Amino acid sequence: MSETHAETVTFVRDTMLPPVLPPVGERGAVKWLRENLFSTPLNIALTVAGLGAIWWLVTASLPWWLNSVWNASSLGECRQIVAANAGEGATGACWAMIRERWHQFLFGFYPPAQWWRPVLSFGLLFAALAPVLFAGQKRNLSIILGVVAAYLLVTLYLASAPGLPFVLALVLIGGLLALAQMMPGRLLWFTLIYPALCFWLLWGGSIWSPIVAMAGFGVLYAVFRLASPLIGLAPAAGAGIVAAVLWWLYAEAPVVSALHGAFPIFLQSINSDQFGGFLLAIVIGVTGITFSLPIGILLALGRQSDMLIVKSLSVGFIEFIRGVPLITLLFTASLLLQYFLPPGTNFDIILRVIILVTFFAAAYLAEVIRGGLAALPRGQYEAADALGLDYWRAQRLIILPQALKVSIPAIVSTFIGLFKDTTLVAFVGLMDPLKGVTQIVRADIAWKGIYWEPYIFVGVIFFLICFSMSRYSMYLERKLKTDHR
Amino acid sequence: MAMATDVPKEGFRLSMLIYDTRYRSYTIQLVVLVLFAMAVAWLLNNTVHNLALRGKEFNYGFLWQRAGYDIGQHLIPYTNDDNHFRALLVGLLNTAVVAFFGCIFATILGVVVGVLRLSRNWLVSRLMTVYVETFRNVPLLLWILLSYVILSEVTPLPKDFKVTDEMIAAGEAPKASMMLFDSIAVTNRGTNIPAPLFERGLGTLDLGFMSLNLTFWAIAALIAASIWVNHRIVASARATQESTGVRPVTWWKSLLVLFAPVIALLVALGFHLEIPALKGFNFQGGILVAHSFTALLIALTLYTAAFIAEIVRAGIMAISRGQSEAAFALGLRPNRTMSLIILPQALRVIIPPLISQYLNLTKNTSLGIAVSYLDLRGTLGGITLNQTGRELECMLLMMLIYLTISLTISTLMNMYNRSVQLKVR
Amino acid sequence: MKKSVFFGALAATTLVSGVALAGTLDDVKARGELLCGSNTGLTGFGNPDASGNWTGFDVDLCRAVAAAVLGDPNKVKFIPTTGETRFTALQSGEVDLLARNSTWTASRDSELALDFVAVNYYDGQGFMVKKDLGVSSAKELDGATVCIQTGTTTELNLADFFKQNNITYQPVTVADDSEAQRQYLAGACDTYTTDASGLAASRATMPDADNHIILPEIISKEPLGPVVRHGDNNWGDIVRWTYYALLIAEEKGITKANVEEVLASTTDEEVKRLLGASGDMGAKFGLDNAAFKNAIAAVGNYGEIFSRNIGEGTTINLARGLNALWTQGGLQYAPPFR
Repeated sequence: MSETHAETVTFVRDTMLPPVLPPVGERGAVKWLRENLFSTPLNIALTVAGLGAIWWLVTASLPWWLNSVWNASSLGECRQIVAANAGEGATGACWAMIRERWHQFLFGFYPPAQWWRPVLSFGLLFAALAPVLFAGQKRNLSIILGVVAAYLLVTLYLASAPGLPFVLALVLIGGLLALAQMMPGRLLWFTLIYPALCFWLLWGGSIWSPIVAMAGFGVLYAVFRLASPLIGLAPAAGAGIVAAVLWWLYAEAPVVSALHGAFPIFLQSINSDQFGGFLLAIVIGVTGITFSLPIGILLALGRQSDMLIVKSLSVGFIEFIRGVPLITLLFTASLLLQYFLPPGTNFDIILRVIILVTFFAAAYLAEVIRGGLAALPRGQYEAADALGLDYWRAQRLIILPQALKVSIPAIVSTFIGLFKDTTLVAFVGLMDPLKGVTQIVRADIAWKGIYWEPYIFVGVIFFLICFSMSRYSMYLERKLKTDHR
Repeated sequence: MAMATDVPKEGFRLSMLIYDTRYRSYTIQLVVLVLFAMAVAWLLNNTVHNLALRGKEFNYGFLWQRAGYDIGQHLIPYTNDDNHFRALLVGLLNTAVVAFFGCIFATILGVVVGVLRLSRNWLVSRLMTVYVETFRNVPLLLWILLSYVILSEVTPLPKDFKVTDEMIAAGEAPKASMMLFDSIAVTNRGTNIPAPLFERGLGTLDLGFMSLNLTFWAIAALIAASIWVNHRIVASARATQESTGVRPVTWWKSLLVLFAPVIALLVALGFHLEIPALKGFNFQGGILVAHSFTALLIALTLYTAAFIAEIVRAGIMAISRGQSEAAFALGLRPNRTMSLIILPQALRVIIPPLISQYLNLTKNTSLGIAVSYLDLRGTLGGITLNQTGRELECMLLMMLIYLTISLTISTLMNMYNRSVQLKVR
Repeated sequence: MKKSVFFGALAATTLVSGVALAGTLDDVKARGELLCGSNTGLTGFGNPDASGNWTGFDVDLCRAVAAAVLGDPNKVKFIPTTGETRFTALQSGEVDLLARNSTWTASRDSELALDFVAVNYYDGQGFMVKKDLGVSSAKELDGATVCIQTGTTTELNLADFFKQNNITYQPVTVADDSEAQRQYLAGACDTYTTDASGLAASRATMPDADNHIILPEIISKEPLGPVVRHGDNNWGDIVRWTYYALLIAEEKGITKANVEEVLASTTDEEVKRLLGASGDMGAKFGLDNAAFKNAIAAVGNYGEIFSRNIGEGTTINLARGLNALWTQGGLQYAPPFR
């Protein structure tokens, strides 16, 4: 066969050719460029337009960035320095303003000696969130707590925290780390006491106020547990609420003063008018979302309920809040709330804003959770019924854990939206970082006329916070998706 | 009879209200209702008490008092001699016009960006990602403030447009020039656009409490009628296509119906444009669009478009590849595939979140406060409230109006949504 | 419901600012702190500095009242209020005293149920233009673009002025003073109108102050003064007479530095009464007898406050003008202290 072949065919290759690289146009950077940037006329046009936009942006702003001034005491001085360095008519950023006023953008008027308190609360926030986000995952919990410990070491040192809190904070984190290793489930307790701890750290005053206020929930639970075998769940819950309200209204003040007299443990009390900048934004955002979660769940359940009155009240509340702009709610907090409360009631504008923001977030969360509830297969409800679980048990054990898990990404997006919206509190006279602090800085004679720098500074911080949160929620979404498939 | 005595041995006991699931829901509802009524009564009582304490009364009479302030941008005739109600209407229209144009522009930009983000072009898709992430993760307030600053700092002064004899002699061009065939001038005071004028307008109809611009309404009615007729033409064409399989050619009929009557009416009314021209220190003639409007519109558009882009991207990605492959297998051309297969399905995914973006945009127009744009909040909830001191009345009315707008938009859009959704069973 | 009760209870224990509306003086004393409604930031009149200390012309009045009532000028909590929220904040008891360059008008007295107790700055609305505009009178501003702050009396005055003179204008509304200045400098408006003091303050901080002029027309009267709630006369008296004490101090040459010296050496009966060396004038207001002395010792007399914050020599560089003492041809006049 091969011989005939050899006779009939003039040439037979019997050795392999060495492999040759693909043509220049089909490999490496050129191929990539051709396929990704210049594949069709439209693509070429888009690429050219994109490059043009980048070129324009860079040429327009680069000199401004390059001529940045970091050391000056006023805008006029900045301008002089820029003119001296880069010639007359050159533009340059005046970051000296940030250098002088950065603390107001971050903490508002919070006393410098006490900066360690918000810093500590912020770190512990992650320690409190970790058990919720990584329930039972020892490794992730330890990583988060380790990062928090490192963060606290650095920032508390920078904020020159006094020795005792420094040590206590690290001991606390150490304890939590140990707990995470041994019984990670118990870490949830820290999450539960965190609100009181954070409140005490930020506002100061006697340690007993938050403890006694939290004890109200203990009273609620105790009454509920004691009474439920006797009178059933629903009336027991009602009795518990009544008892707790009585505790807060009548028992709290005397108990606090008695305990404070006996064991005076207190931090310097800080008024909420000292709060400002990102501290204020984070306090309003985090408190709003925390307190709105239970209300949001109740509203979502109410909207799903068969009971006409409960349902229509829930729908009415949700649609009303979602139908009006947040800014009108803030003006309500500032202008109208006093009309609706008994004459003479008067409390802090920040607290009023937080209440209204909580309602606002609750309405949005209710819709988010409703989405989560709707996403559950009908079979889950039927299975819970088949097991003979009553309504609340079914919700608590079967429905809500799944529904909430599904809605976590959307809850995070709601939180991002809420956090961005905290900038609106400037319109009721609070010192938000974007407009409030910027305005007082711009009213200072030294910095009058500055506008790009504060906006860029604040915008970048907002971007970093919101972007990392949105990335995290996307990661969660992916993780949760694989669970279902 | 025997049956009846057999089963319900137990009579009705009070405890059944709580323990019996048949009655429990009524008990709970009653308790909720009583609590709610008590809360409302408590709030009302407090309000009445507080009003009395401050010597105020609750009435809307102030709406008919002279407003006394000027509003730069008014779509209906308004002077400072008009009453607060008229100012409210002006503000409401200002809100509506920003929301309207904002929704349109944001949709266009959002769809373009959403599609470009899926583009094979590496550079463009990255640029779009950067755009979307930047705008989504920074507060809207910052974009509004920033676009306002940029508009007034970067745009030329009116006098830069000036062309003097010396400049012509020296062959110099002015520092700035007008756009679009010399009809639009963007200065740092605002944007001057041509004003539509009518030589033989229809005048206005005075209804006592408000006056209607007949010219405007006549044109609007004619356009609506043309659209309706066109709709009928297309529908009958479709019917023909479905019964015979041949689609009659309709495009020239549509064009004729849509444009001929309007053009005829405009000619009849003596329509012409008044082009703004530089006279003295300012542009005269035409309409001056204030930068507060433009900045608000730009910021709202860019911000909302970033969200819409994500929605569009998600919508397109939600359509499985099998759909387009099936369409190609049927021999449909790519653009027919897009318009007949992909888009109708993607729309079903896109529309519900799009509705909430429109609602958000409408509510976000209230941030015009940052640039002192006199919208509903700026007039009723701002200057009127401040001058009359009637915060309760003003705030309640304002909330009611916003609520009505939101509910109207969501009802309309939900109706549209229902009409395009897949009919299941 | 539960939540708001909880918040209410929380507020009751930790954050409540006390029950207002009746007996402001008692509330302030019980609280140990004066709640003063201030500007969100107005150069020279009320603005926090880099370390968060409020300074300014209006701020010093609050400090004087705090010194008179509580004996310490630092026991003041400044609550920034916007043009929209200021009067409600006062009515609802959120602040005890509003010192935030607010104009005294009839409707604010009657309709808003407020009491303007004194005029600590006589102002008027003026116009600032660039020199190269070639305008020398406000009446030549026909067709001009005018930058104006919203939520103030200035927009009403402006409308009236242009109407009376039969000329037109294009309003450009802006949110606050620094924004208005930025717009004006960028050329977004031909003229910027606000209180003449504000114009002067703005002009003083401009890089090219010489290129701007303030037109001679003052189109309105803007008596700016501290405001209290209607119906609490004693508290109104205290604020009013604290302010007058500062005026009398200037008249009698009592300053922050020499107040103790004057107290020891004076033979003037009115001064003795004012400083609490004789009589019981302080007690008649429900205050300490040395209340007014404390106020003067804390912030100095009216002239000192003026020159420290906004007067000639500061960056703002305002002349006393109408705000000179009556003895020097101004309008500042205090009734006799007896």
